[in-house]
Amino acid sequence: MTANDPSPHHLQLTRDGQLRHFLTLDGLDRELLTDILDTADSFIEVGERTIKKVPLLRGRTVVNLFFESSTRTRSTFELAAKRLSADVLNLDISTSATSKGESLSDTLLNLEAMASDMFVVRHSQSGAPHFIAESVTPGVAIINAGDGRHAHPTQAMLDMLTIRQHKGTFEGLKVAIVGDVLHSRVARSQIRALNELGAAEVRIIAPGTLLPKDVESLGCTIEYDMAKGMKDLDVVIMLRLQKERMEGALLPSEREFYRLYGLSQEKLALAHPDCIVMHPGPINRGVEIESAVADGPHSVILNQVTNGIAIRMAVMSMAMGGQVAERQRKQSERARS
Amino acid sequence: MSVTEQHEGASLKIVGGRLIDGNGAESDNVALLIRDGRIAATGDDARRATADETVTAEGCVIAPGFVDLCCNLREPGNGQKGNIASETRAAAHGGFSTVCASPETSPVNDSGAVTHLIRDVAATRSPIHVLPVGAVTRGLEGDLLSDMAGLAAAGCVAVGNGSKGVRNARILRRCMAYAQTFGLTVMFSPENLALAADGYAHDGLVTSRLGLLGIPEVAETTAVMEMILLAEETGVRLHLSQLSCARSVEMLAEARQRGVAVTADVAMHQLLFTESALAGFDSRFHVRPPLRREEDRKALIAGVRAGTIDAIVSQHQPHDSAAKQAPLAATEPGLSSVESVLSLGLELVELNEMTLPELVRALTSGPAAAIGRKASLQEGEIADLCVFDPAEYWTPDNNTLVSAGRHAPVTGRELPGVVRLTVAAGRIAWQQPAS
Repeated sequence: MTANDPSPHHLQLTRDGQLRHFLTLDGLDRELLTDILDTADSFIEVGERTIKKVPLLRGRTVVNLFFESSTRTRSTFELAAKRLSADVLNLDISTSATSKGESLSDTLLNLEAMASDMFVVRHSQSGAPHFIAESVTPGVAIINAGDGRHAHPTQAMLDMLTIRQHKGTFEGLKVAIVGDVLHSRVARSQIRALNELGAAEVRIIAPGTLLPKDVESLGCTIEYDMAKGMKDLDVVIMLRLQKERMEGALLPSEREFYRLYGLSQEKLALAHPDCIVMHPGPINRGVEIESAVADGPHSVILNQVTNGIAIRMAVMSMAMGGQVAERQRKQSERARS
Repeated sequence: MSVTEQHEGASLKIVGGRLIDGNGAESDNVALLIRDGRIAATGDDARRATADETVTAEGCVIAPGFVDLCCNLREPGNGQKGNIASETRAAAHGGFSTVCASPETSPVNDSGAVTHLIRDVAATRSPIHVLPVGAVTRGLEGDLLSDMAGLAAAGCVAVGNGSKGVRNARILRRCMAYAQTFGLTVMFSPENLALAADGYAHDGLVTSRLGLLGIPEVAETTAVMEMILLAEETGVRLHLSQLSCARSVEMLAEARQRGVAVTADVAMHQLLFTESALAGFDSRFHVRPPLRREEDRKALIAGVRAGTIDAIVSQHQPHDSAAKQAPLAATEPGLSSVESVLSLGLELVELNEMTLPELVRALTSGPAAAIGRKASLQEGEIADLCVFDPAEYWTPDNNTLVSAGRHAPVTGRELPGVVRLTVAAGRIAWQQPAS
């Protein structure tokens, strides 16, 4: 007999299937993912207004808990929360309480005591937002802003929004993810989203040292040769390669990686003529991608950044809505009993 | 009086029930008389005898007391996690009359002085036998040989490196050769430190999906092969602790066939759970070696049934709640298990994955033989036994479990098998109160 499969996604949905936390894309069905994309679509025009605000989170307190620094992700979450009219507190935890020896549980208790409604969590350890979601008082929504190698669900969803804007549909799409999948939380979330939304094929193009064990089980095929992997592609997603990964016998050199797996105009020409090029940023020009490609007509990298705010607004408003609905349901249950 | 000394005076009679000896003997409607710490009479002789106390064991199984080759008692040192008194009491609740105390204490049990301390505390506070296992390297650092002569003289039944590895094969070889000098068995948990690196879960489907750092199967299998070859060369008696991979069982069987003096054990949780238990980042299942695949679990069970794996252990590691209250990677490995080993084994029996006599053998005569002891209920033997009702169910929770560990993976789950009585050297170590 084996243990049941206690997947983390059960934690993030209310009993009637609404979003309560946003920790992973695992277990979220196509309908819910499409809801997120549609809601984000409706928020895009907010950013084009003179007064860039809607009152959905007015009076709510959102705390950006970044245990690992990330200026870009934190800024987009902050902007998203402010455009929803929330009060925002930014905490760089890596330089505060926990570095003085306080446990994560104690840090959370203190933050909860400040009557927070939502924690946006970035952490270097896989599963940290899940742990926090299990630990916090009911009513506080947790949004995963990237945990270890596990998941970066808002990044994956903004990528999906960008793909949908350019391709209209996911049906029949051939998508490749190129580079350091082993260490990438984004790739895991992207593979999951693409499969759920109906992409025809998700290919991983990477050397053996940058592949997780049994990666095909995530729903993808493996290609070691980039020239072969680029064939018929509609979308190519380049992953960031951290320079420290060059050491520790994962790769011989930056130069060799670029020669074999860097995206040049020449390699891009092997894909479908309408192929779009994506990158979660920040990009390393000349390591993962050639400047002419990054700035070229196929690149949608800046669209991804713009869409990041809309996706985060969508997820935050939906999770808060789920928490409110859950609280009302419990109150009415209590009243009935 | 120490539990290790024979208990004089009071006598105890157990009547009724089904006796399952660890050596394959079985009989129904049993009678056992215990006097002076030993089995004084069996059968009609025992039935006719008078005793100070009589226990009726109708519907129960009477077995030799369970022997645990790997139990962390946390004393000296980590008092916040448990101590000899609390953890041996928990073990007695679980049917164990003997536990081997891991050398992972603070200070490490790497000298005769620490061994004496453990034995002294156990003599006054433990209701069961405590057999210390000494550290094979100083401070368990894996670099320098410990004072094995002193450890042997102070009463260590074996030497090992706990859950810590030995840095390289040259030191491992020297550890074995030196232990062999004193006739000590070496107990090693096989793990290649370089391959295991910073991992904390089986390198497979779940680690790939959740982005956890994996420990590959080869971290164990290469170490198993290395240890077997070195044991063969040095002639030391090798005990491989806590196997987790199917391939390890194959290599073990092959080595034994070749005549290598090697025994092995597996932790009970490895026989019940797989990597999928971590799918919800549940830190209670963060154990080392990690829970592996279903095919490994099945091969480990087959290894126990065939007798290739000699013993099932608890690998009990009590922790305070802070040790498990963190994101998975930051939690400490190990689970609180000594009270539920029998029940989990009975779940395997219920599922027809193992027979009851096979389970009893792996909890009694198998582990006892690995440390050169006997576990038998024949007349004249030391009276170490347990009586359990396999058909009664219980639901462990943190209020009823005795261990100071607060992270048993079985809490809230209805389990078969209630231990009614544990006797160590003729003394009652645990008896279920009359309802």
